[in-house]
Amino acid sequence: MTHLLETKGLEIRFGGVVAADNISLQIDAGKNLAIIGPNGAGKTTFLNICTGWLKPSKGKVYFEGRDVTPLSPRQITRRGVARAFQIPQLFTEHTALENLLIAAAARDQLRNPIRALKDTRQRDEMMHLLDMISCTDVAHRQVDELSEGQRKLIDIAVALALKPKLLLMDEPTSGVASSEKFGVMEILVKALAEAKVTAVFVEHDMGIVEKYADEVAVWNMGKIEMRGSPAEVLEHPDVIRDVIGEVV
Amino acid sequence: MTIRTLIPAILLLLLALVPFGAQGLQVLLTLALAKGIAVMGITVLLRSGQVSFGHALFFAIAAYGGAFTLMLMPGADLIVVFLLGLFAAVLSGVLVGLFVARYRFIFFAMLNLAFSMIFWSILEKFYHYTGGADGMRLPRPTVFWIEMERGTYELFMFYFALVLAIGLGWFSMRWLESPAGQLFRTLKTNETRLQYLGMSPQRVMMNGYVLSAMLCGTGGILMGLVQGVVTPEYAYWIRSGEMVFIAVLGGAGSVPGALVGAAIYEIVRTYASAFAGDVWQMVLGTFLLIIILFAPGGIAGIYNSLMDRIAGKKEDGE
Repeated sequence: MTHLLETKGLEIRFGGVVAADNISLQIDAGKNLAIIGPNGAGKTTFLNICTGWLKPSKGKVYFEGRDVTPLSPRQITRRGVARAFQIPQLFTEHTALENLLIAAAARDQLRNPIRALKDTRQRDEMMHLLDMISCTDVAHRQVDELSEGQRKLIDIAVALALKPKLLLMDEPTSGVASSEKFGVMEILVKALAEAKVTAVFVEHDMGIVEKYADEVAVWNMGKIEMRGSPAEVLEHPDVIRDVIGEVV
Repeated sequence: MTIRTLIPAILLLLLALVPFGAQGLQVLLTLALAKGIAVMGITVLLRSGQVSFGHALFFAIAAYGGAFTLMLMPGADLIVVFLLGLFAAVLSGVLVGLFVARYRFIFFAMLNLAFSMIFWSILEKFYHYTGGADGMRLPRPTVFWIEMERGTYELFMFYFALVLAIGLGWFSMRWLESPAGQLFRTLKTNETRLQYLGMSPQRVMMNGYVLSAMLCGTGGILMGLVQGVVTPEYAYWIRSGEMVFIAVLGGAGSVPGALVGAAIYEIVRTYASAFAGDVWQMVLGTFLLIIILFAPGGIAGIYNSLMDRIAGKKEDGE
């Protein structure tokens, strides 16, 4: 069976630091995977390798059975892997709706040099996407005027506008007020389900992981220490000691 | 029609009537329109956050392209000369763009400058082909295969430049609002996201770069055809600096501002050099300083804030 994403023996070092040490992982469509681990464990590095931003010194990345290791982020994105960032990567001089329309224009390779972006037929689709993430009220506001939670959602919506098969998210709730975190995730998971997108997300909030992940992989010192269901992993004494930080 | 659109419409109408009411300004304004079209090229680039100190290259290539066309095909019609000059500018835009599209900010600006200065040196040194510092003549071509007297030709060129300025200005504004133009504008704020949208920033830059080369080339060939002579000064760095100067004066990023800025620049330059021959550069410099310090949005910015104030007062009154 072909996995949606598969990595085999990934290795990368930054000087003396091993950020990925023989990482082999399979991700299947429809199962949302949470990646947890202490700071510096190599979680973001893993996302960077999967999206082509970093090239591993050893190992391969396969997407839908095809080797994508040598491809650029642009090429990997075109194959159906989208990315949302810890610090939202948005076009700050544009409104929320325009950010999504630009993504749609990139996806559909719109070339009409006369028709305005705001008048393209993708507008309704993008308004629906904003509706899915409960952001229609900020559609016409410039993104640098929005709250961190709203910017995170717009960043994810931009990725979803590409109609990806796999979405890699780096700490989707970091910087979001504690009171908003579950609300943001609730909206997000609903939107992912509606768009039929499989998600891999790096997360530090174990409450979020427990509630929204189908599977959890634990990273430590550039290695996968453990993988399983949230119940299995989060109750494991090693995880409680190394990741959650409680005394067992 | 609102007052915001009414004023430009009146200005355009007055401009179109210049040959009948103020004939002395006709050639001056033709040159201003040619320069304004070239400045639109700089304006387009500025929308991506990039500035070029070498876009006179395309201005000169188009003009020399026209001169060579007339040298090799004596009696060639205006449209042939114009199109071949433009083709030379677009082709060189593609070739130079392949080198510079991956660079940004100071490197982008200086690489463009380097290319323009190389071309300037070629024009100066290859005397037997280019006429060196004396340049090349562009004998008056036929217009749609009709030979014209100087006065009629200049009148035609005025309206030709006016139609091109309006047409290309409209196209540039539409393009900047189109998906391609909006993608181009994102180069200013987030190239990382652009890559993660599956786009190549270099290719996005190339689109805008070639458009800007085309606009500069249009200005250059028009200028050459009106002046009847083209010299290496067309490619010199001062010419590129002048274009950036006008773009800032008109309002960085504003397409209509480029045309208005060029008109004001040409008028100030002409009359300042006539009445204050030794200090006209100082007059222009002071003018730019005032704009940068007190109206960074340029003439377009002043106009927009004025219109906003009028619109605000109108709303308050209602």
